[in-house]
Amino acid sequence: MTVDRRQFMRLAGLGGAVFASALARAAEPMGRAGAAQTYGAESDEFFFVQLSDTHIGFEGAPNPDALGTLPKAIAAVNALETQPDFIVFTGDLTHTTDDPQERRRRLALFRDMVGELKNRNLRFMPGEHDGSLDRSAAFQEFFGPTHYTFDHKGVHFIVLDNVSDPRAVLGDEQLAWLQSDLERQSRDARIVVLTHRPLFPLYPQWDWATRDGDRAIELLMPYRHVTVFYGHIHQEHHFKTAHIEHHAAKSLIFPLPAPGSLPKRVPLQWDPSQPYRGLGFREVEAEVPAAYKLAEFPVVKA
Amino acid sequence: MKRREVLSVALGTLFAAAGVWAVAAPHTQVRRIVARKFTYLPNVVKLKKGVPAVLEFTSADVVMGFNCPDFKIRTDIIPGQVARVRFTPDRIGTFVYLCDVFCGDGHEGMTGKIQVVA
Repeated sequence: MTVDRRQFMRLAGLGGAVFASALARAAEPMGRAGAAQTYGAESDEFFFVQLSDTHIGFEGAPNPDALGTLPKAIAAVNALETQPDFIVFTGDLTHTTDDPQERRRRLALFRDMVGELKNRNLRFMPGEHDGSLDRSAAFQEFFGPTHYTFDHKGVHFIVLDNVSDPRAVLGDEQLAWLQSDLERQSRDARIVVLTHRPLFPLYPQWDWATRDGDRAIELLMPYRHVTVFYGHIHQEHHFKTAHIEHHAAKSLIFPLPAPGSLPKRVPLQWDPSQPYRGLGFREVEAEVPAAYKLAEFPVVKA
Repeated sequence: MKRREVLSVALGTLFAAAGVWAVAAPHTQVRRIVARKFTYLPNVVKLKKGVPAVLEFTSADVVMGFNCPDFKIRTDIIPGQVARVRFTPDRIGTFVYLCDVFCGDGHEGMTGKIQVVA
């Protein structure tokens, strides 16, 4: 019997809920005996982990263990059978503050916390809580540019910044940069966009949108294999604009209600009988030629 | 007709036209709203359906936004300036508006409602 990595994780009781991308191939990957040790070694298949909205510095009833939640998630990631190729944090690393010194203290605390991750290949981007009050000046001191690209095993990753301008826009300059980058890619390129806010107008009544996100989507549309991973809305959400998939991640601080399901976007209450409910992180398994499998993990196992 | 009389007639016509406009002006609903961290005053705006409306915004502290997606109207609100949004509410109901320029801890709760009545 051969057991692929996902099956291995399920058998080991490690896996979370799995979302199969609509782009996913019908067939499972080839079975790999001992996959936990050899995964990705002989192909361009790999996986990364997405964590989002850690909001270090938040204090309040929606999460009485606000400073303890990220360390628990880090312990869970460190405990994965196989370490991911890299880990992305899709914004709102810290909770906002008007005090520039306190902002830096929170960013430093976050940096120290994620220093406990086994995997040292980390990618960051700001959320509006990190960057909208100072155009990400403090964020850049700690984590560098707010928009950039990198390539990994045949996938072109594009990190977009839709928060440093407090109006939630990408802006002409960044869009021109995106256009220039895309012009260097083939129409068959495997492209993954990482960003904080949804690029499409998920629910503008709750500010769940990027004001000029439609321009980014228009630039991406000619490319056949584009997938977007983002945060901001503190819940899992899946949507398609034509062939482009958009996947929102859970947060690591408090869940928010489904779009428009309540009069206001207030945090869901902490349930002492089910602590950390609605929080978590995800694995993204990139398969050849251009499919992604998502597996959702809780902060702590039930 | 002397030049001064011509001018007088012309000005009279102009003021008469302005008078017509002045009669029409009261049919525009004007509402003044102050944005401050992290609320709008007032945060419930009542308007009549089918009557042109002008919303006038000022900010008491930092740059804010006003966005009412249901009517596709928005503006930035810059301290020291009056921002105006003109529209005619064409539907009865209650419609949410929000600040869409991130302004700090409390931004997410900075919302209001437009109530449109018959």
